Amino acid sequence: MSVRRLAEEQPASFEFTPENLAWVNKQIAKYPEGRQASAVIPLLWQAQKQHNYWLPKPAIEKVAEILDMPYIRVLEIATFYTMFNLEPVGRYFIQMCGTTPCMLRGSDDIKAVLQRRVGDQRKVSADGNFAWLEVECLGACCNAPMVQINDDYYEDLSAENFEKLLDDLAAGRPVKVGSQTGRRTSEPAGKLTTLTSLYGEDGRSGPASDKTQA
Amino acid sequence: MLDDKDRIFTNLYGYGDWGLKGAMARGAWDNTKGLIEKGKDWIIEEMKASGLRGRGGAGFPTGLKWSFMPKPDPLRPSYLVVNADESEPGTCKDREIMRNDPHLLIEGCMIASFAMGAHACYVYLRGEYILERERLQAAVDQAYEAGLVGKNNKNGWPFDIYVHHGAGAYICGEETALLESLEGKKGMPRLKPPFPANMGLYGCPTTVNNVESIAVAPTILRRGAAWFSSFGAKNNAGTKLFCVSGHVNTPCNVEEAMSLPFRELIDRHCGGIRGGWDNLLAVIPGGSSVPCVPAHEIIDAAMDFDTLRGLKSGLGTAAVIVLDKSTDIVRAITRISYFYKHESCGQCTPCREGTGWMWRVLTRMCEGRAQKREIDMLLEVSTQIEGHTICALGDAAAWPVQGLIRHFRHEIEKRIDDYSANPHSDTVAPLAAE
Repeated sequence: MSVRRLAEEQPASFEFTPENLAWVNKQIAKYPEGRQASAVIPLLWQAQKQHNYWLPKPAIEKVAEILDMPYIRVLEIATFYTMFNLEPVGRYFIQMCGTTPCMLRGSDDIKAVLQRRVGDQRKVSADGNFAWLEVECLGACCNAPMVQINDDYYEDLSAENFEKLLDDLAAGRPVKVGSQTGRRTSEPAGKLTTLTSLYGEDGRSGPASDKTQA
Repeated sequence: MLDDKDRIFTNLYGYGDWGLKGAMARGAWDNTKGLIEKGKDWIIEEMKASGLRGRGGAGFPTGLKWSFMPKPDPLRPSYLVVNADESEPGTCKDREIMRNDPHLLIEGCMIASFAMGAHACYVYLRGEYILERERLQAAVDQAYEAGLVGKNNKNGWPFDIYVHHGAGAYICGEETALLESLEGKKGMPRLKPPFPANMGLYGCPTTVNNVESIAVAPTILRRGAAWFSSFGAKNNAGTKLFCVSGHVNTPCNVEEAMSLPFRELIDRHCGGIRGGWDNLLAVIPGGSSVPCVPAHEIIDAAMDFDTLRGLKSGLGTAAVIVLDKSTDIVRAITRISYFYKHESCGQCTPCREGTGWMWRVLTRMCEGRAQKREIDMLLEVSTQIEGHTICALGDAAAWPVQGLIRHFRHEIEKRIDDYSANPHSDTVAPLAAE
């Protein structure tokens, strides 16, 4: 369990944008009548996304109002689920996986880079670009170590390619999502050991390979 | 070795087209209507005969689970809920299914829903899988557009499928916590009974299945139970996705036959152990919840439910975490302990307090800052957590610690000796002071 509280400084109000409001209504329609509370996590998530990746109190109140739920029930959700950031995070919020499979592959090095470049956890860097947090297993263990930055996974990291990734993000240069060492997904690096009759050993030369993708 | 023609997940790595066209070319959605026309009893019998055991960790027979659903009642509709809250450390297989072969899952949902009389299915993804969620939603949209699912679809069974997601809580992988979360509450497990098959989502009959269990169903039904059960040892049938991580040369996901020897799995697909076989220290064979197995016991063991249980461990989700001799094993298990401390929902006292207590004691043991009698005390406390909580998270937190003490007690003792052999200004606390 972790102790989580709302930020001290809160904006005065929160409203969903018209597009998000339309999206909200579509979500609520997924659940049977009278069960609209089911949509609470997706709604809070959308609110967080709209609000620079952190969830202010007025947004929690807004979601409670839309779903006709008592405020305390929604606050419970916001504090129970750790993906809701209750305080401001940087433009790029870095969630670094530090659980054992990543630890075995060198997440300590990644952590050292973050500590040196960004500073302590949960503190936004002076330029407003970065904040970071060590999180629990993100489920990309065959591509360890890895981080999630905002919505995207960045995998197969080393201290060097991670530094470069941070440089590129800070400078606004385009970055490649996913593996940083050129793997497609979680196949064995080098050459395929299975499915070669469909995709060839390189994955790209077989009869079923998708030629439209690089 | 399993032939490519016997593999179910033929786009596991995403080199082919994930969309409907590509999936159909690989055989998905082939005569789904014909399978449905054979009736629910045939489907359930075939699933039972295939010997498929649930792929989410517990290994409960899938066909049997489906047969528990009561007769349809218009006042209490049945639901299928797919557990895609893949959060067990070491496990990353469902992710590949959802982003690279989502139609296998959607077709499986349709067939499973039909077999249990459900017209609606919710897929609950972990919140962090954002791209996977978008991909699955895109595939669902394709299926609706092609008339494969929906109220009036080609396959003749009115069926709606919805993609739902969580927000970062491991506990929501427990089926009743998942249902609570899906109802818009905190993910705290429910007491069983009543079981979800009687009182599940919204108080209605519900079956919760893992992504892989559902995604393999259409292929099993098309190719026959006998085909599927021809792989693996008795009672451990089928093919399985293994997620190999840690100290191997090429960590990867791979679909292999069950009961494949560990050595073959690693040599064939993972480029061997880093530094050679002599460098292997231990393996956690089924995700962080199962106890570790030392090298000499696992090297020639068959990777299946029964063999690994015989080694006092388990296949779990087949997330194989390999540790070589450079590993600080005490620290590796302490990190797992921290994971459970972080993820305990806080409902049951033994787990809420116990996971933190075990982590703090282990943290001291990492440095040797402990007393030897505390090792037995830790073991004793772990057995007090195990089996004394509503859900299995308490057990899952206790087992890795028990495995560590069972096989690596000498390592902890050595650290305590090393620490006490050196002068320190602070005294060794006899108990966890916290």
